[in-house]
Amino acid sequence: MLEAFANGFSGLLAGFSHLQLTNVVMIVVGCTLLYLGIKKDFEPLLLVPIGFGCILVNIPLADLMEPHGFLRTIYDAGIMTELFPLLIFVGIGAMTDFSPVLENPVTLLLGAAGQFGIFLTLGLALALGFNEMDSVAIGVIGACDGPTAIYVTSQYAPHLLGAVSVAAYSYMSLVPIIQPPIMRALTTEKERIVVMKATRKSVSRTTRILFPVIITIIGGIIAPKGLPLLGTIMLGNLMRECGTVERLTKASANEIANVVTLLLGISIGATMDGKIFLQTQTLIVLALGFIAICLDTACGVLLGKVLYVTTKGKINPLIGAAGISAFPMSARVVMKEGQKYNKKNYLLMHAMGANAAGQIGSVIAAAVMLSVLKGMGII
Amino acid sequence: MDKWTFGVTMLVVGMGGTMLTLGIMSVIIALLKKVFPYKKEAEEKS
Repeated sequence: MLEAFANGFSGLLAGFSHLQLTNVVMIVVGCTLLYLGIKKDFEPLLLVPIGFGCILVNIPLADLMEPHGFLRTIYDAGIMTELFPLLIFVGIGAMTDFSPVLENPVTLLLGAAGQFGIFLTLGLALALGFNEMDSVAIGVIGACDGPTAIYVTSQYAPHLLGAVSVAAYSYMSLVPIIQPPIMRALTTEKERIVVMKATRKSVSRTTRILFPVIITIIGGIIAPKGLPLLGTIMLGNLMRECGTVERLTKASANEIANVVTLLLGISIGATMDGKIFLQTQTLIVLALGFIAICLDTACGVLLGKVLYVTTKGKINPLIGAAGISAFPMSARVVMKEGQKYNKKNYLLMHAMGANAAGQIGSVIAAAVMLSVLKGMGII
Repeated sequence: MDKWTFGVTMLVVGMGGTMLTLGIMSVIIALLKKVFPYKKEAEEKS
């Protein structure tokens, strides 16, 4: 009888005896993510489930990420199959109004410049000794686009998924802190005070409907390996613009996006097992992700400066910083920064154009990257 | 393929391809707007 009691108690104490320092550190990391999401309002829809998933997976003996564990089941069903990021993309397409890009298509160039960080960081990662596919996954943090980063990393460097996802979402929420110093460093006060004319050019409904269809066909033919990314975001946008499938649009933008966001977040958190996550490599990935977003911002502003010169001072180079995918946060940062130097300067609509272009740009950059890799025979 | 060749290829072809694709897309949008210009009355009816 006493032995049975002792065995029973040992079952209750086994968790404590198996608790390792790495688990404790990661539980603290999970709590920090919860704090950032709940108290600081940094991307709470993602950081709360990620933080909680991180805590869950670091509690010993629960075996949640072992075969048939509930987190493993969600992970295999949605991340390994690439389904979750793609469903999120349908929702993003259904939520995003691409009118500012359609009104001023030149902003797509700013969206392209905002992707330079991906390729420059890829080179940096290679120089630091990462292999080709790890470097691709690290570079894609520079897309500043969570679902794209998850899509690419889950396919080609799944061991980096936790670090890449946390970096992508954390830095996206830190855009208001990261971008302004770079914008100030690269522009003169004369450039920052440029007032851009309001250019409200309406776009026909036919153009709005044809845009996602034609972009999918052309983009898909140029970069077929990225068609799932491009196709899903454009499907969402087509549903939004055609106006005949309102129920599907609403479901994609709300119910489906919400359910998938929850499952995606908890699955990412589940990859943050202390034994795997607490390595020097993770810190380097986080640092490179930060550099990627700084480079995106710098390249966007520099292209903005080129446009400032070529248009003889009609374009405010600050809007170049919005050519990343952090929508609409980056556009708001540009608006705020512009108003610091000229209170009557309303850059928001122009910056929104660059920001929406950045969303398309990040998807295209990832699609092109995957197709180039395929062309080189690496994937 | 060595890492240097891989990195430079990705930078040149990858970034160049991204710029080119987005450039083509901006031309397509401009063409679409020319072919299907906004007409206030027709849009309001639809």
